[in-house]
Amino acid sequence: MSNKPKKPSKFKENIKNIFLYLSRYLIMIVIVLVIFGLILVISGKNPLQSYHDIFAYTFGGWYGFSEVIVSMTPLLLTALAVAIPSRLGLINVGGEGQLYIGASFATWGALTFSNLPAWALIPLMILLGILGGALWAFLPGLFRSLGYVNETISTLLLNSIAPKIVAFLVFGFWHSPMDTNKTANFVAQARLPKLFNSRIDISFVIALLLLAAYWYIMRYSRWGLEMRAIGGNSQAAKRNGIPLSKYWIIMMCVGGAIAGLAGMAQVSGYFGVLLVNFSRGYGFMGFLISWLSFGDPIGILITTFIVSVVMTGGNLLQLTSGIPYAAVNILLALTLFVVLSRPVIFKRKTA
Amino acid sequence: MPIPASQELQEKIVFMKGITKSFPGVLANDAIDFSIYKSEIHALLGENGAGKSTLMKILYGFYGADSGEIIYEGKPVKINSPQDALRLRIGMVFQDLNLIPAMTVTENIALFLTDLPFIYKRQEIRDRILDLSIRYQLEIDPKALVSDLSIGQQQKVEILKLLMSKARILILDEPTRVLAPHEVKALFKILKRLRDDGFAIVMITHKMKEVMACAERITVLRRGQVTGNLIRSDATESKLISLMFGKQIPNLEIIEDISREFTDTPLLELVEVSTVGEGATTSLSKISLKIRSKEIVGVAGVSGNGQKELGDLVLGMIQPVLGKMFLGSQDLSKLSIRELRRRGLAFIPEHPLAMALVSYMSNLENFTLTRTKSYERNFGLKMDWEKAGVDLQECLKALGFEFPIYAPSKTLSGGNLQRLVIARELSHQPNLIVASYPTQGLDVQSTLAARKALLSARDMGSGIFLISEDLEEIFMMSDRIIVLYQGKIAGSFKPSQTDIYEVGHLMTGSEVFYVE
Amino acid sequence: MSLLSILGVLSSAIFSGTSLLYSTLGETIHQRSGIVNLGLEGVMLISASSGFAFTALTGRPYLGVLVAAIAGGIVNLIFGYLVINRKANQLASGLALMFFGFGASALIGKSSVGMKIYPLPRLSLPWIANLDVLYSSLFKFDLLIYLAIPAAFCVWWLLFKTRWGLGLRAVGENADAAYASGRNPMRIRFQALLLGGMLAGLGAAHLSIAYTMSWSEHMTAGRGFIAVALVIFSKWHPLRAIGGALLFSGAVAFQLLLQSSGVKVSPFLLDTIPYILTLLILIIWGGTRKNAAPAGLGRVYYGGQK
Repeated sequence: MSNKPKKPSKFKENIKNIFLYLSRYLIMIVIVLVIFGLILVISGKNPLQSYHDIFAYTFGGWYGFSEVIVSMTPLLLTALAVAIPSRLGLINVGGEGQLYIGASFATWGALTFSNLPAWALIPLMILLGILGGALWAFLPGLFRSLGYVNETISTLLLNSIAPKIVAFLVFGFWHSPMDTNKTANFVAQARLPKLFNSRIDISFVIALLLLAAYWYIMRYSRWGLEMRAIGGNSQAAKRNGIPLSKYWIIMMCVGGAIAGLAGMAQVSGYFGVLLVNFSRGYGFMGFLISWLSFGDPIGILITTFIVSVVMTGGNLLQLTSGIPYAAVNILLALTLFVVLSRPVIFKRKTA
Repeated sequence: MPIPASQELQEKIVFMKGITKSFPGVLANDAIDFSIYKSEIHALLGENGAGKSTLMKILYGFYGADSGEIIYEGKPVKINSPQDALRLRIGMVFQDLNLIPAMTVTENIALFLTDLPFIYKRQEIRDRILDLSIRYQLEIDPKALVSDLSIGQQQKVEILKLLMSKARILILDEPTRVLAPHEVKALFKILKRLRDDGFAIVMITHKMKEVMACAERITVLRRGQVTGNLIRSDATESKLISLMFGKQIPNLEIIEDISREFTDTPLLELVEVSTVGEGATTSLSKISLKIRSKEIVGVAGVSGNGQKELGDLVLGMIQPVLGKMFLGSQDLSKLSIRELRRRGLAFIPEHPLAMALVSYMSNLENFTLTRTKSYERNFGLKMDWEKAGVDLQECLKALGFEFPIYAPSKTLSGGNLQRLVIARELSHQPNLIVASYPTQGLDVQSTLAARKALLSARDMGSGIFLISEDLEEIFMMSDRIIVLYQGKIAGSFKPSQTDIYEVGHLMTGSEVFYVE
Repeated sequence: MSLLSILGVLSSAIFSGTSLLYSTLGETIHQRSGIVNLGLEGVMLISASSGFAFTALTGRPYLGVLVAAIAGGIVNLIFGYLVINRKANQLASGLALMFFGFGASALIGKSSVGMKIYPLPRLSLPWIANLDVLYSSLFKFDLLIYLAIPAAFCVWWLLFKTRWGLGLRAVGENADAAYASGRNPMRIRFQALLLGGMLAGLGAAHLSIAYTMSWSEHMTAGRGFIAVALVIFSKWHPLRAIGGALLFSGAVAFQLLLQSSGVKVSPFLLDTIPYILTLLILIIWGGTRKNAAPAGLGRVYYGGQK
């Protein structure tokens, strides 16, 4: 038996890597603060005062912090929905559509089976949401592996179709007697249980579990290795026997399923009703978050947190200082611009 | 520097003085002096990686030299871009041709004309192209889409492009790489005609025989330095070899033991297999062949006549539309690539980094990619990296290779990358090895190592499908040679039954006859 | 279905399709140079709001159109800085631009919400004006509409008959080859983006100043994405874009016609037809394996002297 090969000592390197890694996000936070400050100054508000308000709200009290987490939940899921296919080199911009279809399927479950007890109805709705999202991602995945259409384009087109289907369903069949643009409120059994006396529901826990699973599988499992090979060099992977089409289709479905789950969580947990055009660009936001963190699970967590603080803060300022929500969009966009323009600090890892 | 008597009266148009250029990790050009006279054919000779392309790319403005100067017609000039070079009437034809497949010949040429008016007339340009092409026998249809042309024809377009943009110094980078022997002769005739008309031609090449056939002046580079500068009458093959390689003259010959027994049952059998190629790929038509254990079958052909497709067909990347394929006695076409590999199929491609490895993964990870399932534990949740490491070390030892197994593969040199692929493919005793241009672009040592590894695999029982454009290599290593032309088998012989010229003619579909 | 109703559909399609055509033309130009801008929605929003706000402020619609065009050009140049100079990923940058557009346009147009403006005046061509009022009123178009198809021809001529267009297409196919021919791919891409942005601005201007004569947040309602789909649908060819734009907006108008004839189909489902059509057509071509996209679309150009 020959000598076992020695792994080079990695402790010092690890520390350095962790530091570099975190510094990216620290710098991102600084950028956000600076830009937001500028926007506030231009709007004639005192930035320091506004920051104080935001931090007091989000970090000072439990309710504020829980609002941040509520905001994080759908984003974590849609980011994951983009990150998983991205490891294979697939670009899933269809989070919006998958979200809506997943929500629709789950709504059907809620409305049709409203007699079931919660322990049966909720899992059913989760399953439906996953099914809907997976279905909406299956077609782009199929078309890509058959070589017909690039998944970027097909997911974009399906994005535009999905909300219209939702509108059709709501206006046509499901609308409540009082409002035509939403369904009746879901019965209590159809609502995701809440945690900690706040608006956080168990989908947050599910999201964290999924993130952890994603991290483990990519790093340690055989599938993760094969997926990384496909993402790194799909031609080589194919020649080495790794089944490309199978992975493409399955992982698109997985991504779609998670986005569908996000949709289900929105209607069942957050809103309690299916509302036409309920998504505020979560699918796209998820794409950007995943892209900014290069699809890395911990990075997704951190970036989502930052984005959610910004969004929650924006909501607060809108209520208290009259700053329009548009400022949040501008802030996020500008932050993205800065990160995208790759100042040296944000050295891009290859894949 | 010796110059032929007739040229003493000629002007030196270009003098590159003390050119130095380095890239991360390598000194490509080391204080090189290089001159070009008014009308000559000047060969820039050296093996792969000697710095020839770099030097000429500096002259063409693609790179900037770190130090040194360029003197043009007696005055120092700065060439910062191809635009500057074109203005000095210097043109270059690259190895990977710089044409746009989706556009026509006319458009591609028009793109490079410096005097093109804002609103240009296509017909006028077409006429100019036709005139030139007739004069220099570079026949081409100006309306054709470049994607429909063969590589030899594309090369002609490149030359026309330069002529029409009024270049008078033509730099050709490895022009004969993709040509069959008699097409090479035709090219040389064109070059001589151009030289007679007052053009200066620099030919970058590593093929000595061509240099002897065509060039008037020869500059030899080795590892970034000029090792010699001769006129043809002073040059002999052995002198050139010693200038190219230094004191050590590598022995490219591997003595063969020809008397080998072949088993009767073939490892791989193709019966009347046809495929349909899409776009630029060639369709294969009624291919029938057999490979037996311990047999090397060499596939010769000009690039683009189906060799790559044949390799991909056996590997399982392409599906046949007609005919049957058998691996042993099993019908091949039903099997996935993973299954094929499980049954002992191995594949060594021409570009290891692009086609067989994932560059940012470690060598160890890349090693496992062809048999990931065999290293998995707990239904795929874990990988047994220890065992993989042990296996890789054993392979390396057996083959005499050496490189760190945890380093990312992209840090390896070209030769080592191919060694990694060979180690991986040859581990676990494959039955059938498809080696597709395995020594292309490799330095001499790596080429020798690759060939040695293939031969020892052969001795241990593998059958080998050797696809190569190096006819010498095919003749040297094969037990049988088949020639592909336009997707069909044009001939099948033992090496002793034929010679390079006959094979060369079959490669281009012309009648078989001997050329002087 | 009377002649009047068919003409009505046609007229309606022309009205709503004009902005689509301009935007598609703009996107076609810079996609031909290799740059895909998914944030076209954001560009259009910013242009529409700027043009409208200016018109509401000054009462001069033609100048408003100009302002919109300039705004579109500027936004595209910003996008260009990101993807050309900073070599950022085009898809991500485009989506970021979209968010930027949401926010910036909301701010710019805030004070103009609900305002009425002098829209672009509508005129009839002489021989149409002589027809019965019922018919001639359908075909009273503003200047932008009249110029739309000529614009498509101009773009076609620019791309295929001029030296600049040749260079631009070369950059989109193989930027290195274009560089080797003595051109500057980065500069050409910026030019393409500028022109493309201005055309998109014209399209957006038509939407807010001439067609709806109003401004509200998100008023482009996905037209930016439709335009991106249309570029592909028309195989990156400006003349085919005319047919595509007509087809897409025709589907919407067709739905109104169906409703008025008593056919009850959900307007939402009908709205999905253009997208489904595009998808189907893409699948059909994909099956024939002919890829007409510029070979270098979406690729970052790292060229220049090394």
